[in-house]
Amino acid sequence: MVSLTATRRVTRQPEARRVAPSVGRPGVVWALPGLIFFAVFAVLPMAGVAYLSLTDWNGLSSPQFVGLENWARFTTDPQILQSIWLTAVLLVGNVAVQMPISILLGVWAAGHQRNRAVLSAIFFLPLLLSTAATAIMWRQLLDPNFGVPAQLAAVFGGDGNFVGTPRGAMIALVIVTSWQFVPFHSLLFQGAARAIPHTLYQAAMIDGAGRVRQFFSITLPQLRNTIVTSGTFMVVGGLTAFDVVLVLTNGGPGTDTTILPFRMYREAFQTYNYGYGSAIALLLLIVATAVSLLLVRLSGYDKMQSTQEGV
Amino acid sequence: MRNNSRLMRRVGAVVGGLSLVLSVAACGGGASGAADTQASGNLNYWTQQDPTDPVLQGAVDSFNETSDAKVTLQAFASNGYKDKVRAAMSSSDMPGMFFNWGGGSLNDYVEAGKLVDLGEAVQSNPELESSFLPSVLDIGKVDGKLVGIPMRGTQPVFIFYNKKVMADAGVEPPTTYAELEASVKTLSDQGITPFAVAGNADSGWTELMWVSYLVDRIGGPEVFNKIASGDASGWQDPAVLQAAQDIKELVDAGAFGTNFQSVSYGSGGTSTLLSSGKAAMQLMGSWEYGTQVADSPDFAANDLGWVPFPAYEGGKGDPANVVGNPSNFVSVTTSADKAAAFEFLETTYSDSYVQGLVDAGEVPVTTNAEAALASAPNPDYAQFQYDLVANAPSFTQSWDQALGLDIGTPMITEIQKLFNGQSTPEQFVSAVSALP
Repeated sequence: MVSLTATRRVTRQPEARRVAPSVGRPGVVWALPGLIFFAVFAVLPMAGVAYLSLTDWNGLSSPQFVGLENWARFTTDPQILQSIWLTAVLLVGNVAVQMPISILLGVWAAGHQRNRAVLSAIFFLPLLLSTAATAIMWRQLLDPNFGVPAQLAAVFGGDGNFVGTPRGAMIALVIVTSWQFVPFHSLLFQGAARAIPHTLYQAAMIDGAGRVRQFFSITLPQLRNTIVTSGTFMVVGGLTAFDVVLVLTNGGPGTDTTILPFRMYREAFQTYNYGYGSAIALLLLIVATAVSLLLVRLSGYDKMQSTQEGV
Repeated sequence: MRNNSRLMRRVGAVVGGLSLVLSVAACGGGASGAADTQASGNLNYWTQQDPTDPVLQGAVDSFNETSDAKVTLQAFASNGYKDKVRAAMSSSDMPGMFFNWGGGSLNDYVEAGKLVDLGEAVQSNPELESSFLPSVLDIGKVDGKLVGIPMRGTQPVFIFYNKKVMADAGVEPPTTYAELEASVKTLSDQGITPFAVAGNADSGWTELMWVSYLVDRIGGPEVFNKIASGDASGWQDPAVLQAAQDIKELVDAGAFGTNFQSVSYGSGGTSTLLSSGKAAMQLMGSWEYGTQVADSPDFAANDLGWVPFPAYEGGKGDPANVVGNPSNFVSVTTSADKAAAFEFLETTYSDSYVQGLVDAGEVPVTTNAEAALASAPNPDYAQFQYDLVANAPSFTQSWDQALGLDIGTPMITEIQKLFNGQSTPEQFVSAVSALP
């Protein structure tokens, strides 16, 4: 009896697998709720913004249609070029700092060292805090007279004037953003590193590969998909970074950290220039789309294959 | 915009204790008039949450007791208050009366035809005009039309100083610009920051105070009045360039220290620099006193001094002129029950309302305020402010408020670049002249 049921179970499995396709692949109807949601909350507002970008509107009287006037302003507004440049700098800075740190931290956290769990928990703490809170905290820390720069004058240079200089402000933004988001990316890499089959490392060890060689020849290639995913998150996050700028530098000194999203906020919600603000928003959309297309193309994400073929 | 709500909160923090006492007495009435927003117009009074609300609530309650029309007071959190008003004004949900900052902050509303010309109310009741200090009431006018009535205390800007630091350094508070320059040298030679200024991008309005005062002292209030009237050629006045050059000289001479670009206003920032003796002076609005009382009570009681901004040798501006926030205002919208609203406006200069404001630490701008000042938390300080404002031939509103945000915000950015050395005085002038 026992053996009979056992064999029956075994034979049932292929049947079940065969039944599944007949239920039908998800049709268009399945995507409807998602599509409706996307249309109402993404496409519709975007169309609204596209319309507003062709108008002059201060939020009080009805919008005046002005054609491409707001778009023409891009050619005469020297700050827009600067904003695009600053957005790019912040983006590259963020990826360049966050990527190596998160990979190392994530791979380390995937191991089985002593105290690993405790230390990982501490590393992941910043992830639980809101950006506004972290930015306010960092601002206190970076105060030139009463914060860390005043205490560690040797490191920060003479007078602790850190967030008040163009370069210092940008570095501060990268540091604070990284401090907050490295834990998130580490978490991604930790999961990915854990999924790498041990047999690869065992084989490498037999071949006499050291830890460094193993990292570069096995771990990194195996993390390729995660690197692209994580990189996309970083790029999207970098392009839409706003809260940290608002709290930490407010776009200054002068306009030296006025990145595109902040400029958009300033135009639309501080000076009630909704037309031009909308045009900047669309510009940001175009830039972001271009960058992500580029990313997909360069990384081969569109024809991505498994990293574990043959394992 | 941000800075002003911050100022109001700052003021709020200060006078909180006193008004608590009042609130017990005044908070009974509540929203008794909600049912009376009849077809003839609404009497919803929108204001910003702060410690003087109980005083206003008391005035509303006593008005509602005697009048057929009922006013409803609604107080909103100061963060987002302006946005709420802005959004409501373009809908059918607009308030009948609302708290505002006067001047350029009302430009858009006047242009869109949302506000009632109060000249009509003055005709039937001249007291509505004569009860207020003229230099302040002027700020309630847009294009010559009176659209706002002062309803709060005044917030002039002047110099605060640390008595102990100044005495130790052997420096007297400056009465002329030459003395100011001399004091900068003496103090910085001794390693003390002469003037604390908040140069972080969120505190650019503290740098604006320097520009406003210097332009006023050098060229007189006419220079800015011309700019505020929408004539961008006003920026080309030599006084603006002179002021910008003076700023550059002050910065180069170390008048503001070397790291002011990283410093913000308030506790932990410039106010702490002053109270801790790292800086000797600070040009700031009258709310600074409250900040110091809250954060460094000992310093505020013993070592905090104040003097008007010094005279400028050879300048056209009267040294008695003042810069700052003249007051906050109440405006009546076209959706209001006009007759009842006009009647209610009379409470803004009633003895009991004025007394309530004084007790809450404000310095009202009514002609009858002086008599009430004796009961202020610090009568000397209140009297100093009142005299400063009452004797001022001209009270220039903070430029960013007077110009409206579309010019005010980029203007402050340009001022920051000037202070940071990112633009020269000449570049500053051409940049602000080019503002739309």
